[in-house]
Amino acid sequence: MSALSTKHLVGIKNLEKSDIDLIFQTADNFKEVLQRPIKKVPSLRDITVANIFFEDSTRTRISFELAEKRLSADTINFSASGSSVKKGETLLDTVRNILAMKVDMVVMRHSSSGAANFLSQHIDANIVNAGDGIHEHPTQGLLDGYSVREKLKELKGLNYLIIGDIKHSRVAGSDIPLMLKMGAKVKVCGPPTLVPKYIEELGVSYEPNLKKALEWCDVANVLRIQLERMDIKFIPSLREYALFYGVNRQLLDSIKKDITIMHPGPINRGVELNSDVADSKQSLILHQVENGVAIRMAVLYLLAGRN
Amino acid sequence: MHPRLILDSKKLDLTITRLCHQLIEQHKEFTGAAILGVQPRGVMLADRIYTRLREILGNQHIDYGKLDITFYRDDFRIKGKPIIADETNINFSLENKNIVLIDDVLYTGRTIRSALDALLDYGRPADVELLVLIDRRLHRHLPIQAKYVGRIIDSITTEKVKVEWKETDGEDKVWMIEDKD
Repeated sequence: MSALSTKHLVGIKNLEKSDIDLIFQTADNFKEVLQRPIKKVPSLRDITVANIFFEDSTRTRISFELAEKRLSADTINFSASGSSVKKGETLLDTVRNILAMKVDMVVMRHSSSGAANFLSQHIDANIVNAGDGIHEHPTQGLLDGYSVREKLKELKGLNYLIIGDIKHSRVAGSDIPLMLKMGAKVKVCGPPTLVPKYIEELGVSYEPNLKKALEWCDVANVLRIQLERMDIKFIPSLREYALFYGVNRQLLDSIKKDITIMHPGPINRGVELNSDVADSKQSLILHQVENGVAIRMAVLYLLAGRN
Repeated sequence: MHPRLILDSKKLDLTITRLCHQLIEQHKEFTGAAILGVQPRGVMLADRIYTRLREILGNQHIDYGKLDITFYRDDFRIKGKPIIADETNINFSLENKNIVLIDDVLYTGRTIRSALDALLDYGRPADVELLVLIDRRLHRHLPIQAKYVGRIIDSITTEKVKVEWKETDGEDKVWMIEDKD
């Protein structure tokens, strides 16, 4: 295999296992590039990438932009605030106008689930989904898988736990299919109100008790409580959530295993994750951020090479 | 056209020994020099040269690295499929070193052009020399010339030089075959 089976990265759902292996393998090469004195290669020097962010983002936007620059692509950035979107322009019109300026790839984040898929059906440029509503965030899924593979060598047979707000999490939306495709076992843990009703249909199991779930897993990905996506009260209070589902040192010490802790960021310290865990050796959080650039370089490189 | 044998294993061995002696003549104990194999096929030759140099010099330490040039190629997006990179492994500084770049066949010169770009990203060497096993001198697209050459071959574009190694192909041989692409 030397090419991806798809022209767009809309979701992990649309990738084959061989695609994921290829992205990981290519990311290994780019990780080496990022260690060099000159952290830049000329591969995409004839490509222009538009980063279109209809929703706020710090980490993902910077990570994509850095990945594009490390590959020598030209970049333009667009954010919804202060743009024509406020004047009533539709998504398709906005993107078509940007593409009329000869842009080859579009990295898009949007608050509506399915926005990337919609766009991929209407335009020619390669689309990379940087998060669509509560659907998927494929590069986050890939970098989570890559970071675990880097630390534990293999994903196959691994027990992977996702804790927290599964219902509103596009990270869970990408992590679940990625881990299952790579042969890991997945369990989710969180208050019943924040776990989708038919989650077992995806091939994952549900455990409401945090301690039991942690005892089962090798790796735990702790998700952020996304208050901005909750239009009704799903939990009584953050304080109560922290009490039942907050991961802290005391809890981890009470478990015999050495669990690897992940978090997609930004962390609500003291709510879902305590500082004594987030900043400990068990935490992969900063490795995730570091690997994000290499993974995004690999995705952009492989998609651009398919033309 | 039948495949034509250019070098058998005995001649190939002699050629490698000669190239090594030429390198020693120029770089003596290799204190300020380093060898760098171009991935993937150049590394096979570089491995041989490295081993033979150490035999001749009595296990003298020689800086030896492997350079991948995939991300520097000028035919990315022309080939239709992305080329998958190999490992780059350079665990020494190139700063002010005499670098001997090693590849198996010098043809259009485009690979070496990419390799020069790639290695300059690791630092500023004092100079860079090129060693190749086979020089197809009639087809250069760029002004690039090797300093150490195993064998010069005059060929036409429909021909292709195939270098086989014991490690991967069972026997050391260099063939001239018809290029079917």
